[in-house]
Amino acid sequence: MPFNHKIKKILVIGSGATVIGQGAEFDYSGAQACAILKQENIETVIINDNLASIMTEKGVANTIYIEPLNIEIVEKIIIKEKPSHIIGSMGGQTALNLLLELQNEGILGKNKVRVAGTSFESIENGEDRKKFKKLMQKIKQPVIKGDIANDVISGVKIAEEIDYPVVVRPAYTLAGTGGGYAKNEKELREILICAINISAIGQVMIEKSIKGWKEIEFEVIRDNIGNCVVVCSMENIDPVGIHTGDSIVIAPTQTLNNVEYQILRSAAIEIVNAAKINGGCNVQFAVNPKKFEYYVIEINPRISRSSALASKATGYPIAKISTKIALGYNLDEIINEVTGKTYACFEPALDYCVIKIPKWPFDKFLTAKKQLGTKMMATGEVMALSNNIESALMKAIRSLDINQHSLENDDSKTYRTQELKRKIETPDDERIFYIAELIRREYNLEKISEITGINLFFLNKIKNIVVMEEELKNYSIDNITSNLIKKYKQKGFSDKGIAEIIKCKESQISNLRIEYGIFPTYKMVDTCAGEFEAVSPYYYSTYENHNEVIITEGKRILVVGSGPTKIGQGIEFDYCSVNCVLALKKAGVQTIIINNNPATVSTDFNISDKLYFEPLTLEDVMNVVSLEKVFGVILQFGGQTSIKLATTLKKMGVNVLGTSPESIDKTENREKFDVLLENLKIKRPKGKAINTVQEGLDAAKEIIYPMLVRPSYVLGGQGMEIVYNDDELTNYLNNIFKKNNKNSVLIDKYLEGIEIEVDAVCDGDNIFVPGIMKHLNRAGVHSGDSISIYPANDISNNTKKKIIEITEKISLALNVIGMINIQFIEFENEIYVIEVNLRSSRTISYISKVTDLNVVEIATRIILGEKLKDIGFTGLFKEIELFAVKVPVFSTEKLPMVEISLGPEMRSTGETLGVGKTILEALYKGFLGAKINIPPHESIILATICDNKKEEFLDYAKRLFMLGVRFIGTIGTTTYLRNYGIEIQSVRKISEPNSNILEVIQSGVIDLIIDIPKRNNNYESDGFKIRRISAENNITILTSMDAVNYMTQVMEKNFDESDLNIFSLDEIF
Amino acid sequence: MNTNPKATLSLENGMKFYGEMFGDIKNIAGEVIFTTSMLGYQESFTDPSYAKQILVMTYPNIGNYGFNFDFEESEKILLNGIIVNEKCDNSNNSLSEMNFEAYLRQNKITGLCNVDTRALVLAIREYGNLRGAICLSETPAHEIKQMIDEFDDTNVIQEISTKNKYYISRKYKDITKIGLKIAVIDLGCKKSIINEFIKRESEIVVFPFDADFQEIRDEKPDLIFVSNGPGNPKNATKTIETVNALIGKINICGICMGHQIIGLALGGDTSKLKFGHRGINHPVKNLMNNKIYITSQNHNYFISNLPKKYIDITFQSINDGTIEGICSEKFMIKSVQFHPEASPGPLDVKFIFDDFQNI
Repeated sequence: MPFNHKIKKILVIGSGATVIGQGAEFDYSGAQACAILKQENIETVIINDNLASIMTEKGVANTIYIEPLNIEIVEKIIIKEKPSHIIGSMGGQTALNLLLELQNEGILGKNKVRVAGTSFESIENGEDRKKFKKLMQKIKQPVIKGDIANDVISGVKIAEEIDYPVVVRPAYTLAGTGGGYAKNEKELREILICAINISAIGQVMIEKSIKGWKEIEFEVIRDNIGNCVVVCSMENIDPVGIHTGDSIVIAPTQTLNNVEYQILRSAAIEIVNAAKINGGCNVQFAVNPKKFEYYVIEINPRISRSSALASKATGYPIAKISTKIALGYNLDEIINEVTGKTYACFEPALDYCVIKIPKWPFDKFLTAKKQLGTKMMATGEVMALSNNIESALMKAIRSLDINQHSLENDDSKTYRTQELKRKIETPDDERIFYIAELIRREYNLEKISEITGINLFFLNKIKNIVVMEEELKNYSIDNITSNLIKKYKQKGFSDKGIAEIIKCKESQISNLRIEYGIFPTYKMVDTCAGEFEAVSPYYYSTYENHNEVIITEGKRILVVGSGPTKIGQGIEFDYCSVNCVLALKKAGVQTIIINNNPATVSTDFNISDKLYFEPLTLEDVMNVVSLEKVFGVILQFGGQTSIKLATTLKKMGVNVLGTSPESIDKTENREKFDVLLENLKIKRPKGKAINTVQEGLDAAKEIIYPMLVRPSYVLGGQGMEIVYNDDELTNYLNNIFKKNNKNSVLIDKYLEGIEIEVDAVCDGDNIFVPGIMKHLNRAGVHSGDSISIYPANDISNNTKKKIIEITEKISLALNVIGMINIQFIEFENEIYVIEVNLRSSRTISYISKVTDLNVVEIATRIILGEKLKDIGFTGLFKEIELFAVKVPVFSTEKLPMVEISLGPEMRSTGETLGVGKTILEALYKGFLGAKINIPPHESIILATICDNKKEEFLDYAKRLFMLGVRFIGTIGTTTYLRNYGIEIQSVRKISEPNSNILEVIQSGVIDLIIDIPKRNNNYESDGFKIRRISAENNITILTSMDAVNYMTQVMEKNFDESDLNIFSLDEIF
Repeated sequence: MNTNPKATLSLENGMKFYGEMFGDIKNIAGEVIFTTSMLGYQESFTDPSYAKQILVMTYPNIGNYGFNFDFEESEKILLNGIIVNEKCDNSNNSLSEMNFEAYLRQNKITGLCNVDTRALVLAIREYGNLRGAICLSETPAHEIKQMIDEFDDTNVIQEISTKNKYYISRKYKDITKIGLKIAVIDLGCKKSIINEFIKRESEIVVFPFDADFQEIRDEKPDLIFVSNGPGNPKNATKTIETVNALIGKINICGICMGHQIIGLALGGDTSKLKFGHRGINHPVKNLMNNKIYITSQNHNYFISNLPKKYIDITFQSINDGTIEGICSEKFMIKSVQFHPEASPGPLDVKFIFDDFQNI
């Protein structure tokens, strides 16, 4: 069946802002889907409130709405745009749930919109646990013993029937949110309360635990007439019990023999056929490692994180093919893009192995409970390909950007063997290093396998690396031979890794290696193991004999990507890298990209002329630079990951395009930066670097409290705090110096002013500022976590003028060529500069989308040598007449023991956009997009306000009270508000006898919590527990007075969703 | 530390690929071919269709789940050599009985490991299948050349086919479903094919490749099965002649080389593919209902020409359009080019064996 001609106009639902469990992979799949729709000339409308996405970039579709993924808003768009069809399988769980909601509310029927791709019945067969189980029983596929519960009592009863331990999974949630393991009734009850609450339909599945079994996944594609192919098989190195998103995964399966594999493959196909999926589907199995038997765990009847990984692992573009199928095509009618000759109807054969390692945010969240389980916690992932498992593992580990170049890890050395053994019992992000250390201590491999459930096959691979590391210790730079280096390179050791072990400099090993003529050979990912000639320009390195890369004629430029998605460096940097590549292509330059993140658009091999799927270390980048003999490299779009290579690459003779590494260094080195600002007569908050507690106390006298304190050795606001007095400072410093006394602590005057942010492009002579943004949160909240508004409405023209002047001064002084980002504080009518980044920033996608400019493209043209004047961009760009807000989105509810309240350390994982005719409308929509509940007037708000903010809160309390809000408060807040005639019911704090506050929160009566803490990160405090409980129970919590201010205003405005305006990208500007 | 001796694969076109020899340490020659199958290596090694060949595994890590003697497709390994990128020394699977190296030593098969197999595969793709020799590094060039020149597999079918007729009696599991009596012409038949017949309650007589018409008829079989096998089907002249005589008289089915021999017996022709179809991911289309199946394949030759009258093409390769299956009511024939018994490979087309029951 060829193209379905009934499809005239299609609405694609995106996945929304990046959260844990739903990341960049859906931008990749969405962008792929849209590419196909464009290719087929189908009028396409997109709705996605992820403003950092490529999918919402102008030109990707005919009409793009960066509007909240909310049923009322989507209905408005459907009425306005009148699509004939809708696709919901590209935008993860969010889109699928929204699609079901639209269907159930009758909105699709009313507007005659039909679903393209998998039918509703099939989605429900896959998603609804009861229906899925029934379907499996019908086709005689084994499912784990268990049953569905809608309340705690029936849950406990089920568990008693099937016997503990049990696993709990809520229905219709993403990334296993709210699920967990229970060994006994007490644990079960705790999990159940939370899980029933969090499930969209209040339903949970309670199942017999099969912890320790192998977890095997298949990515299956089924077309409209029932043809099925398995695109990729994957084996989780971590067994069942750890969410696959938190598992180290290898493709293809390694420990299954042909018979076992084929049984599972047939089962996967039978399941997908029975569920009648049209398009991609993920099927998960649990396999008993002791004796072959299996259970079907679940299916995901949509594009998923695993399908993105499988697409990159095999070169088979699942999202594209699924879209084609949704349009009516069948597998034998779709050409395999990789070969250009064969058809999509085949199963990729790999001639390499692939390892994915999750990237966890625990380096950001020191207090977090790192224990991995059935709830996903990773923010991103890295992938590595090689011809052997050891090498793929080593490449993946150095791709994580955690400064690990071998399996030897300082931290794990400090533990006694007993402790290490305990540590591997409860898996966390560093388990692989603990396992390596145990193997190093000759701990019994079988025992490790027994404790961890990790197959001996994989443990032996780890052992191979450990043995090699130990053997290498017998050598030095003087006696290491060519053969030995080659052997280590083949197994994935980096020059730096070898250097660290034999105790010499990385450059010594690199030089020696080059002298010996040992270079990587690059192999192509071609879906067919070399059987057919391929045209995909997608490569990975090995150390073998034959290099397949053909160096093309013409000017070649390498763009270095941003690596794994992490907090502080999300898909907005991939957005930048992709736009840079596209701009280079437009300019006729041959583009090469190097990156290691499988979930991104930049690692789609159709984006650049060549893709190197490699780690982003100096060595790996240099290897590509040398082989390709590039004209230059562009580093300013890949965030901190790429920009930090600038100085060294330049030293090695590489042409670093754009702003010089010397200038970059001037902004990153505090002393040089101070000198620069002083020379330019630009103010910055007073500050000092100190090395002892006494020095700190002395500095405090000069700087004066409140002060912002942070260790000098970390980036992105890690470990940053605001201190108000000597006690707090002493406390903080003692803590920091206990952990690390080699590095100094930076102390800055904390100015509680307005934060203003500017992104600009400079060509060395002139600057161009697309827009000035104001942060709605007071300084002290990380800029990435602050609501940012454009145009900055209540900033005086004089201030704007000053901001532009300062931006120009700094840009010209540093001879910036390309992007610059500056953050300012306006405090008591003075402008202070707090940070300068000579690279593309987090806000580029935001400012680009609301100004209808492609700022990255402008910057790229400047980097290539054009002048701003010649291309018609100078000064401050014309401001829009509407208002736009960027609202951060958090995933903290998924990270146990992580502080919720905002501070100088960034915590958000994504961001969403709200556009309105007024600021309040924009904010309201931003809140909708960020899933911040806006309570109705007659709602119940729990308030717990620290002493020094009570006065400020009073005004809002009065206004909310006037609206009809009923308050519940802790004793201090209650007493205070009652004095002013506000009715408030009191609850007992956790620290008080007969405390009831947590029960009140869990009971579900609270609509909103206002918790203004004096200070955060003290996880023993009442406030911390309250904030955690509310986040885990999906109750919106406001932790700053600014947020309370805007919430009050929005509530007073009393928006009705039906009155909201919607704006396509074309209508914003 | 690896102590395997250095060795080289030399191809007849002069190309050389370096590695280390393992398993049975001896120089060998053969036709160098590759399979893209990522697993089922033991089934491939023991597949008689690979007799005398040097098999290159495109998947780089071989031996991961070990070896188990239940996976054997024949009594002994008939191929001459195995080339892998990396051999796995520490396999793990609950069924594993032996490691790769030991397995090859026990079977007296030469292996070559640490080879840039992808480079080798690309060479085969470019130049087609070539003869080559795996030799220890110190082997003199003229000796290698002589080995390659002297390599000859014309009589390979004769060498591996059963010498004498034998019977496999019916395993009565369900007395109500007595299966057919099948005469198998053995050109190097895989065990799993026989097992599929046994599963269907068949009584089996296995004949050597050169069995004649009358000999077979005397057994009064319900169905003739022409098996898979190695080399060029045209070398099996006697088999072609016998099948030709049987056409239209008894139902005949065939797999792989059996299918090609049926094609030749019908007056068609076979040709050699540049480098064959070998792997477990080959899509074929059922031309009767347009359904697509992923199949296991292992063949160098294909039916390139076929009389059109009374013969239908049932399956076609999606990749290159070659004939993958034929049937003829008049001539009482059904045969397929791919391997419905899989082993290794997907189980999607096992129904072919049911089809064989009713021609």
